[in-house]
Amino acid sequence: MSIDLKTIKHIAKLSRISIDDKKAKELEKDLNSIFEFIEALNKVDTKKVDPLTSIAETSLKLRVDEVKTKDIREQILKNSPDENKDFFVVPKVVE
Amino acid sequence: MSDIINLTLSALIDKIKKKELSAQEITNAYIARAEKSKNLNTYITTDFENAIEKAKKFDEKGNFEYKLPGVPLAVKDLFCTNNLKTTAGSKILSNFIPSYESTVTQHLWDEGAILLGKLNCDEFAMGSSNETSFFGNVESPVGKKVVPGGSSGGSASALAAKLTPATIGTDTGGSIRQPASFTGTVGLKPTYGSCSRYGIVAFASSLDQAGPMTQDVSDAAIMLDVISKYDTKDSTSVNFKRGDYFKSLSSNIKGKKIGIPKEYRVDGMPKEIESLWQDGITLLKNLGAKIIDISLPHTNYALPAYYIVAPAEASSNLARYDGVKYGYRSTGENLISMYENTRSEGFGDEVKRRIMIGTYVLSSGYYDAYYLKAQKIRRLIKNDFDEAYKSVDAILTPSTPSSAFKIGDKTDDPVSMYLNDIFTVPVNLSGLPAISIPAGKDKNNYPLGLQLIGKAFEEQNLLNISYSMEKELSFKNNLQDWWIK
Repeated sequence: MSIDLKTIKHIAKLSRISIDDKKAKELEKDLNSIFEFIEALNKVDTKKVDPLTSIAETSLKLRVDEVKTKDIREQILKNSPDENKDFFVVPKVVE
Repeated sequence: MSDIINLTLSALIDKIKKKELSAQEITNAYIARAEKSKNLNTYITTDFENAIEKAKKFDEKGNFEYKLPGVPLAVKDLFCTNNLKTTAGSKILSNFIPSYESTVTQHLWDEGAILLGKLNCDEFAMGSSNETSFFGNVESPVGKKVVPGGSSGGSASALAAKLTPATIGTDTGGSIRQPASFTGTVGLKPTYGSCSRYGIVAFASSLDQAGPMTQDVSDAAIMLDVISKYDTKDSTSVNFKRGDYFKSLSSNIKGKKIGIPKEYRVDGMPKEIESLWQDGITLLKNLGAKIIDISLPHTNYALPAYYIVAPAEASSNLARYDGVKYGYRSTGENLISMYENTRSEGFGDEVKRRIMIGTYVLSSGYYDAYYLKAQKIRRLIKNDFDEAYKSVDAILTPSTPSSAFKIGDKTDDPVSMYLNDIFTVPVNLSGLPAISIPAGKDKNNYPLGLQLIGKAFEEQNLLNISYSMEKELSFKNNLQDWWIK
């Protein structure tokens, strides 16, 4: 199977990456060659195989829910791309 | 001064403990050399002033019982360092200053090491040649316009060029072992769960693992002693009894059973790599090991499975880069277009490709055909190793199917670049430890590496076998310092 331009644009949308037509065409070529390579997996019969979801294969450990660091508001906000020092600011979402 | 940079990590530590060298002398020597080696482009960020200050403090009242007493080290720029820019080789993190420290780098500083700076790498560790970094290509000291491998290319290049006595990298599909092989250095990927992933910029969480890159096997053991520790901050960290790796090094490998997997003899592999492998087998026999032919039948499927699993996890991990809380932000007429423009401008081509592959294989209607299928193949690959380890203690293979190539040679064809990792990827999919040691050179005088793959959590065994081989191989890079200005 091959991935067409429409699908490329749909995946880009899902990935939240804006692409122009030129980029979409490049990605169409690259992704198709990568998927051609991936298709080799179809030669293997895996009907009776359990998926390996994690090497550890143990259930995640529980820990006590307790506060270990506090008063780090400034630290958290210091990398904010916006100038505002009290909140993370995004473009207006409510009209 | 030139003597200092020629010392191995273990020799350096010895001289510091005997007070024959001070932390300041050593730190200054490495900084002076780095200043003259800028055209290799190994550093993204230097922290030299602080390093000199820390060295001074160490000389005044440092603890000489530490495992890395006053030793200056540069590390891959994928480890978060408190108050020092951490970019992961990406534009999207080009202004990111962490407010916390990764667990493994914290272990280094807790044992007396001094941070020199942050080393270049492929963007988000996605690459095999260090050509995807936003901060430019890294050149390898082994030859002009030659790639150092990747993704820990800056680390490998800095280590081989003697800009740091040792370093740490991360390995998701071969990112420690392949650049080590390309630069004539030692690279160890520990068992998944040995070294904490806390504070490492995530690529593919079920595969990522930090590990040492060093001048020799003893140095790798020293570094592993420092960084391999159980950590409650990483939910996949494993609480097993760790060895005293350096102290327990032994070159007696009589009776060890070493497997030789026939599937690693791939089409088009250069003759010199085949003969390197044969020489390795002969050497192991001479050292008293028993050679056993084995089969890992699903080897060919490891790379295609990896290129589903790793991008799927990456697409999920990299969803956090949206320009809101940290990192690069673009503009847009609304929130969604701000996200889309930020990610389009902030990520490079290879990262975008992998995010899109991952998004596609996880998307509705394709999940079973791709992602679930790849996880089933992953099970078969791990089963192959489990079966082999019923009859052998470790497995010997070449580290890479070719030696280092020239910058620009493989950038047009993603699949040919991916094939670099054909011998290293099965190890990550199975969570096993593996080490690459320099074993010879090709016709261009570029280094070639051999890989030893071990049983889970048996790093000591791997270190001992490679230690015994290293003594006989007596590999020397003999670099001519052509890049020094």
